[in-house]
Amino acid sequence: MSFFLVRVYVSICVSDLERERKRERESTRLAYQGRPARLRPPLYIQSDVPSYSRGRAVQSRSCGIEVDTADQNRHTLTIMASLTLKETLVRLRDGRLNARELCERCLARANKLSSLNMYISRTERGARQQAERADQCLHKSGQEAKKALEGIPVAFKDNLCTRDAPTTCASRMLLDYRPPYDATMVSRMLDSGAVLVGKTNLDEFAMGSGSTDSIVGPVKNPWTLLFQKTPHRYRFRANQSGCCQLETSPKLSEDEVKVRRRGLHTSASRLSQSSTVLEPADQSGSGLQRLSFEDDSDWLVTGGSSGGSAAAVASGTALVAFGSDTGGSTRNPASYCGVVGLKPTYGLLSRHGLIPLVNSMDVPGIVTKTVEDAAIVLNTVAGHDVQDSTTVTDPYQPVQLDDRFSLEGVHIGIPKEYHAPGTSQQVLDAWRKAADMLERGGAKVTEVSLPHTQHSITCYHVLCCCEVASNMARYDGIEFGHRAKCEESTEELFAATRHEGFNDVVRGRILAGNFFLLRRNYERFFLKAQKVRRLISEDFRRVYESGVDILLTPTTLTDTPTHSWFASEDSRTRSEQQDVFTQPVNMAGVPAITVPAALSLRGLPIGLQFIGQHFQEQKVLSVAHWFENNTDFMPLNLDFLDLP
Amino acid sequence: MFSRFSVLRCLHKFCIANRCISSKIPDKPTWTPVDTSKLPQVEEISRDLVEHLERQSLVEFSNEEGLKRLSDAIQSANKLYMVDTEGVEPLDSVLEDRALYLRKDEVNEGNCRDDILSNASKTEEEYFVAPPGNIPLKQAEKEYKEKLK
Repeated sequence: MSFFLVRVYVSICVSDLERERKRERESTRLAYQGRPARLRPPLYIQSDVPSYSRGRAVQSRSCGIEVDTADQNRHTLTIMASLTLKETLVRLRDGRLNARELCERCLARANKLSSLNMYISRTERGARQQAERADQCLHKSGQEAKKALEGIPVAFKDNLCTRDAPTTCASRMLLDYRPPYDATMVSRMLDSGAVLVGKTNLDEFAMGSGSTDSIVGPVKNPWTLLFQKTPHRYRFRANQSGCCQLETSPKLSEDEVKVRRRGLHTSASRLSQSSTVLEPADQSGSGLQRLSFEDDSDWLVTGGSSGGSAAAVASGTALVAFGSDTGGSTRNPASYCGVVGLKPTYGLLSRHGLIPLVNSMDVPGIVTKTVEDAAIVLNTVAGHDVQDSTTVTDPYQPVQLDDRFSLEGVHIGIPKEYHAPGTSQQVLDAWRKAADMLERGGAKVTEVSLPHTQHSITCYHVLCCCEVASNMARYDGIEFGHRAKCEESTEELFAATRHEGFNDVVRGRILAGNFFLLRRNYERFFLKAQKVRRLISEDFRRVYESGVDILLTPTTLTDTPTHSWFASEDSRTRSEQQDVFTQPVNMAGVPAITVPAALSLRGLPIGLQFIGQHFQEQKVLSVAHWFENNTDFMPLNLDFLDLP
Repeated sequence: MFSRFSVLRCLHKFCIANRCISSKIPDKPTWTPVDTSKLPQVEEISRDLVEHLERQSLVEFSNEEGLKRLSDAIQSANKLYMVDTEGVEPLDSVLEDRALYLRKDEVNEGNCRDDILSNASKTEEEYFVAPPGNIPLKQAEKEYKEKLK
């Protein structure tokens, strides 16, 4: 009797599961057909609004603003900065937007947010000239093909060489260095019509995971602005439905703009209540603190080392930014700033002009608001470069993203070793929900194993120090860079220059690297680390050969940390914690993308990482795009700064 | 019979809703704890080692924190001993199975002397300027070296 019941139960389970999956697949498919609640309908400016909703702009996921106003000009400019790259391209081409105005809006926003320290240098004059040229090209009538990124504001991390701006690597060593050439990434973007707005801040020589070790000071996460006690007229109030409502002060008249953000940061509603929030290190529940910044003594870190690039995109001062990714330096800050960070396959993007950290792992990274934007930029810059011998000569197939993409037949692996000690419960919940959502969407989701994951961070640390010791040997003060006032001998000059030019972190890595490369240690450390690297790379190869298409993992251990927590340990310890999920990808050279997935209880972004096979960016970006379309994550929107 | 069915259906819905029977994410961390007693001892940092590394790197440790940074780095790197790499070849580059692209041996750029000299702090006519060479580095007596053996 009991056996019969078990059989009946199992058959009920199976049929119910099938019915549930079919129902959810249907609702997902319907969502693609333009239901306004889920998808992102294009943002209409006043004159484009259909008659049934005259006077109100339709909500766009990218912007999240509904505007009840008769003042078209003001709200046009207001929403401009928070459009995605794709939406901006459409509007630039059909004349609804002007490249010069867009450039001015981004430069003004960068000026207003200068306290966040996102930029080391801003190229305002050059940007305006490029924007003028872009406008002339856009307004030219005729059938000639428009450039792919005409008029789009772009920012580059300050370790990518630019002819028009100093390239400092946030170090005293290169403070006055003006490269005589553009990096290939820079020249390809500028040739496509992009407008260079500035060079972003980073950890010195890209060594670090918080963008806190820079000669010009640390980068502050723009999300900090949501938690600051500001004298600004606008403040947030959470209403009972869990939405955030932006209130204007009583001084403004009724005709003034009332901006309402719907569905933004639903977790942020808890901030106004007396709920407790956890610091990242404190999972036990003791010492609970509410997240609020009284003054400038504490803030949220951007993550690193491309913190300035991620902050620039998140704050709306650029529509795309380039970073570099050696151990997660693009994906980590992208996750903490709630934007998309893509690290393509090693060998796809040219490293010519990227001041090297670890030659065998460095890849230029792309930071954008959405996955589709990342695909557009990747298609513009990818491909063989004669000046970088580590780029592959295979012809590049542009990535095409389709909103009708289906997860049927996609096999997603969940590597069990990516539940590392210290992973916060909220990150695990987001990871779990994402896996379930992908399974309901039709993918096959299974647990897989990458057994050498936990040794990856140690291996990375050794290889990084060794390659750094070699790469930093070029800084001697003779041909370029800082030169000490010491003329006794070349060795004295070199030593004094390097002592004055490098900070503790850089010097520490050079010394450790030279220790590991001593003859007596070479085999014990350097060759051993290279062997472990092969084991890690083989782990990925084995998993992919077993039929897995994509791996889904968290990007970071926790949500965005505060600076006070981050600075309580040294740089090496923090790098070991922050890079734990991201740097195995660099070991193997496979592509990975981080997509913002959820908000933590503190209202801070949590990102999830999709890892693919070599040169399979099409598949990775397609799955990431599907995932993005099916989550409700609203990116940071600082358009209230532009309102009077 | 009917009540058993309904109980089973409720249980099934509860399980599916909470994913307690089908979640792929492990509940607990899966890393193997590191047995530090099995790892090799961090060698003591001697004065000779410090001076040798400073000569090789042409950077200084500066203070005791610098020395501690090195010993922490060695301690962390020692965890590699936990991995069995018997019979494994070192990996230099992830593109090792591809042939390096070789372009034709033709001059296609150059004549940019001014660009190359533009960033040097000191030049004379068309030359970089360097102090005399072949003089070994003078290693100054510093406080952090005095305590070392």
